[in-house]
Order: sequence, then structure tokens, then C-alpha cells
Amino acid sequence: MATNQDMLLSIQDLKVYFRGNGKIARAVDGVSCEVAHGETVCLVGESGCGKTVSALTILGLISQPPGEIVGGRILFKGQNLLDMTEDEMQKIRGNRIAMVFQEPMTSLNPVFTVGDQIEEAIMVHENVSPAETRERCVRLLTDVGIAAPEERLKDYPHQLSGGQRQRVMIAMALACHPELVIADEPTTALDVTVQAQILNLFAALQKKMGMSLLYITHDLSVVAKIADRIYVMYAGIIVEQADASDIFHHPHHPYTQGLLASLPARGNRGKKLHSIPGQVPDPAYKPSGCPFHPRCDFAVTTCHDTLPEMCDDGKGHLSRCPVLYELRYETGGGRDQFIQ
Amino acid sequence: MTTAIEQSMNNEILLDEPLAPKRTRRQEFWSLLRKNRLAIWGLVTFIIFFFVALTGLFLTAGTNPIMDPSMVRLQEKLRPPMARPNMDTLKSVEIPALGIYLFGTDDLGRDVFARMLQGAWVSLTVGFVAVGISVLIGIFMGGIAGYFGERQFRIDHLIVAGLLIIGIGLVIANIYVWGNITFLAGLLWLFDLIVRRKRSNTRRGPTGAGLLQKNALSVDTLIMRFVDIMLCFPSFILILTVIAILPASIYNIMIVIGLTSWMGATRFVRAEFLSLREQDFVTAARALGVGNFRIIFRHMMPNAIAPVLVSATIGIATAILTEAGLSFLGFGVPPPHATWGNILSDGKGFIFDAPWLTFVPGFAILIVVLSFNLFGEGLRDALNPKLREGR
Repeated sequence: MATNQDMLLSIQDLKVYFRGNGKIARAVDGVSCEVAHGETVCLVGESGCGKTVSALTILGLISQPPGEIVGGRILFKGQNLLDMTEDEMQKIRGNRIAMVFQEPMTSLNPVFTVGDQIEEAIMVHENVSPAETRERCVRLLTDVGIAAPEERLKDYPHQLSGGQRQRVMIAMALACHPELVIADEPTTALDVTVQAQILNLFAALQKKMGMSLLYITHDLSVVAKIADRIYVMYAGIIVEQADASDIFHHPHHPYTQGLLASLPARGNRGKKLHSIPGQVPDPAYKPSGCPFHPRCDFAVTTCHDTLPEMCDDGKGHLSRCPVLYELRYETGGGRDQFIQ
Repeated sequence: MTTAIEQSMNNEILLDEPLAPKRTRRQEFWSLLRKNRLAIWGLVTFIIFFFVALTGLFLTAGTNPIMDPSMVRLQEKLRPPMARPNMDTLKSVEIPALGIYLFGTDDLGRDVFARMLQGAWVSLTVGFVAVGISVLIGIFMGGIAGYFGERQFRIDHLIVAGLLIIGIGLVIANIYVWGNITFLAGLLWLFDLIVRRKRSNTRRGPTGAGLLQKNALSVDTLIMRFVDIMLCFPSFILILTVIAILPASIYNIMIVIGLTSWMGATRFVRAEFLSLREQDFVTAARALGVGNFRIIFRHMMPNAIAPVLVSATIGIATAILTEAGLSFLGFGVPPPHATWGNILSDGKGFIFDAPWLTFVPGFAILIVVLSFNLFGEGLRDALNPKLREGR
């Protein structure tokens, strides 16, 4: 945590609650994470664990009410985004932090051409001549691998395929050369071949433009492909964070272990697929203590009433499970024994 | 790694489907509109009417017009359409320019054709300007209610607004001292609110201020209840009241009709906005840093305009009819000037003896309204890119 200043984005103990019907849904309940310059960070978790809410909060897009940012800080290059006024946020959105959304089918305005929308992304933030704007649009579309960009600029969104629309969304996000791109499950709505193309595209663009990428997904195969570092989220908190390969080879938290074991793999063909027993808790009625304890094989009595601290293994691999932490150090390096 | 990526990108480019022949947006719009024959008929009819109205404006204007709509020929009253004037009894200036009474004459022997020409311009402009005003107000109010509806007014906001209004009211009622004091107090408080909003973190004031900061009512409630109140008034009576106070002129009538018919458009726009606001492309636009008003008017409005367009075309018809009704009651355009409405209502008493006096203006209104509806619908279809694909 001492490296806050070097980090491009540093979220500290963010809490976002939603009020409604006399209930409080604690969607994000103390998330801390960091993205360094030029790094690809993946935020992994099941549906409804607060990934998207975290992302929207970074850009100040949570509508309040019903949402409420209860605590925490979001430092972007040392400035707290939560303290900024709406006007200041507008200058940051799309300009320095951009976002790519999950649904390319509905994220483009159906009544404007692709060209209009990319042009707008540029013109909102930069004062450039129409000719130059147009030229930049063509270049952006070329960058994201769309054939015949000049023709495509005149197309309406419905005339493009899903993959092309997502490419257009990426082009819009990159229009002002942002330092951070937040991608909220950008490939979930696409089929696998297109997904691979989009992931390659992200990798290539990142190499070319040097931006950081905060990639939100539930798909572990995607994570394996692109992530430098991974944060695993469960029920509004980060349960494990580590370098990508570390998490895949030595998961420390029971939830991560369960997730990895649930992946269909070639090795266990014909066997019954593993699944984590129980269900994701309702954010309005979260279990006390560790939110994962009702589903956890390793739960002990302390898990029921105290939220465990992050345990550091000394190599930057943190996990919110003291039980396994102690076990690991008692048995001495037998880290893999808990993997199913 | 790089080569693999480039490879896949090249593949993608090669795999890309062949391009359909491209046309510009205007060409596409026209080809779609042209396929809709009814819409084209509507447009053509309307253009004809527009030019007739324009020429009518010139032919009947001035002190000595070519066709005088107010020329009274008592001996020639209630002549049927196509009737020849009785040349023996008329002075040369009294003979209609066409040589016949194309649409007959009314109970004062005035040439209905000349009167129709004069009235065409009034009716069309009343329809357009009134609907224009009402649609603009409707879009604005509906847009605000739909997009900012969740924003809350706090109790102190309401008190400030109350102070300002009471202050202005007192000043108007000639109670200057108290009026100015109230108004200034309101202004000071308003200033304080604005300053404190800039420093949003230091919002916690003294404990008593907590009550004032309670949310009182939402923007949506305010606007939509105002719409409900406006709808409660029988709008025709409301128009009559206002017209009774204001001097009767075409412009006042346009404005008043516009100001009393925006509620429908507001409801349409609000309803559309409530669903559009949750759409991904609105969030996407906000994530790009687009401002609120640009989102409302550039991103959401074109998506919400279709029902407004259709209701506007019907609104033009209603406005023409409202103007007709006002003219009938003597509150409309002042009498010597003809409008389709007052020709219609003047002829009402002779509907069995001289049916052309009601049928001619009635038919004209019918055709204009019908051509408008057909054109509006065609326009909506052609402007909606989602409908283009299937054709």
C-alpha cells in the first residue's frame, strides 16, 4: 500500500450501498484495488458481486439516489475522484478514463451513424477541426481493425455485426487517448471467435498506446489470456489478489479454488463438473463475518462473526482467508493440497 | 505475439463481409419516403396548400386587392359554387376576378373563394406556430421530467422559491418595501445555497438546518403534477379567459393555443425518456463525458421524437379547429379578416340552404389535416433507422 503514488488508479476501501424498500443492499462493501501504469488488471467475480458497480463508481455514473457512496476514496493520479464536481468528472470521463460496456448491441445510439458517435467522443473533449476529427475517426477505426473505415463511418449501428459494434465502442473509448480503459465484460455478449479477436485487439492496442486496462469479467479463460494481476471479488469484497499466474497455479482463497475447480477442463472429461455449494448471497442480506463462510468447506467458528483480514504471503499474493493461511504455514509449503 | 495479433487482424479484414452499395443518408431517406405513396401524396397536397395560401396572402392583401374577400354584394348573397355573377347589377369593381363564384358566396354576398384564400394562411400558420410552441415546451418539460426526474427539491429550495415569488407578487401589488425585502432575502438565501453547493463537502450546517435539508418533492412530481393541473382546466375556457384579457390578434391566439396544448407532448416525451434513460447507450454517452443537456437533446430526443411527431401532426389539426372555434365565438381573429374557422362557423346557420359555406372550409381543413397525418407517419417511418433494415 506504500506505492499509492505510483499507481494510476487506487481504490481504497470503497463502499457503495443501494437503499430501497427499507433494505440496504451493500453492493460494494470495502473494495481496495490498484492499477499501475500500462498494466492489465482483471476484476473477477460472479454476477452481482459488485464488479460493475465498482466500475461505474470510478466514473461517477452511479445514480444517487438510490445509490450512495458510503465511504472510501478513488485516487486517480493522486486526485480523489469522489471529491470532484460533476463538471470536473465530465472532463475526466472519456478523456482520461474511458469505459467499454458489456452490450455492444445497445451501447450505440441507434439513430446516429457510427461516424457521428466517434466524432462526438472526440469533439466533447478536444477542440479540433471537422476535417481532422474525421481523419482521426478513420484512423481509430483502422486501429480497431474495421475494414473500409470510411464506408463504415456512414453506417448505422444496426448495419454492423456484434463484433464490429464492440470494435466501434472500443474506438470511441480510445478516441481521446485515455490513460485508463475500464472494460466491463466487453466480450460476454460475443461468440468465442470474436471474443478472441477482441482480446487480441485489446492486447495490441495496449501495446501501441500504453494505456492501463481494468478488465472486468466473470470468465476465467479470458482472465488467463490477458491479465497481469487479478483481483477476485465475492459479495462486494476483494477476497484474493495476486499476479495472474500465481492465482491460477496457487489459489489461496477457498472461493478462488472453487472457481478454478469449476472450470470444465479436458482432464476431467466424463466426470461430474465441480460446483460450489450454495448460492451467492443477496447483497441486502449478507452473512455476517466472512461472506463466503456458508459455502466454505474450511469455515471455522471465527469465520461466522469476523470479517477476515487480508493475509499477505510476502510475495504480493493476498487472500482473505486466515484459516488456509495458517494451515499453509503449518504444513509448510503444501499450497496445492486444497485444490480439488 | 505481435505477428499473431497482426495475423488475426488481417484475417478479420479479409473475412469482413462485402460492402453493400452505399448511398448517402439523404438519398436513403428519400428512397424510403418515396416508397410510401400515401406519405408522398400527403406531402404534395400540403405543398400545394402551402403555395395556395402564399398566393392567397398576396392576392387578398393590401387596400385594393385583386380578390377582395370583404367585398359585400348583398344582391348576390348565397349564390352556389360555379355560379356566374349577375353582371347587370354589379359595378365593375364588384365582379370577382375569376369571372365566376368558384366556391359560391356567403350570406353577405362575399366571394367564398377569396375568403378561403385569405383564411388559408391564417389557418396554416396558426396550426404550425401553435404546435411548434407546444412541442418545444413539451419536449423541454418532458425531457427535464424524464431525465432529471429523480432529483429532489429540498424544503429550503421551496422556501427560497416561495420568497422570490411572494416578493415579486408584493412588488407587482405595489407593496414595495415588503416586496423588496422578501425578494432580497430570497436572493441572499439562493446565493448562499449556490455557494454552499460548490463546496459540497461542508454541507453539514447547524443541527436545525437538518430539517430544511429534507427532500420535499422530486422534479418529476413538480412537472407532472403541473401537467395534471393544466389538464384539469377545460383548455378551451382557459384560452377564452386569456384571450379576453389579451388583445385579439393572430399572434396572441397562436401563443395561447401553444401554451395550453403542450401537456400531451410532455407526457409522451417523459414516458419515452423514462425507458431511454436506462438504455446502455445513454450510460455509454455519459461515460464518454457528454454533458446532461447534450445527452437529453442530442442522444435521447431523436429516439423519443416519433410519438411526438405523430401527436404534433394531430395537434396541428386540433389547433386549426381550436382557432375555428375561437373565431366562431368572436374571440378569434377579428371579424373582417377571414379564417377557415369563421367561414365555417358563419356558414353554420345556412347549412341546409347553402351547404357549400360549411363544406368548403370543412373539406379544406379535412384535407390539410389528413395530408399532415399521412406525411407525419411516413416521416416517422423514414426517419427511424430501425425500420429501414427490413425493407
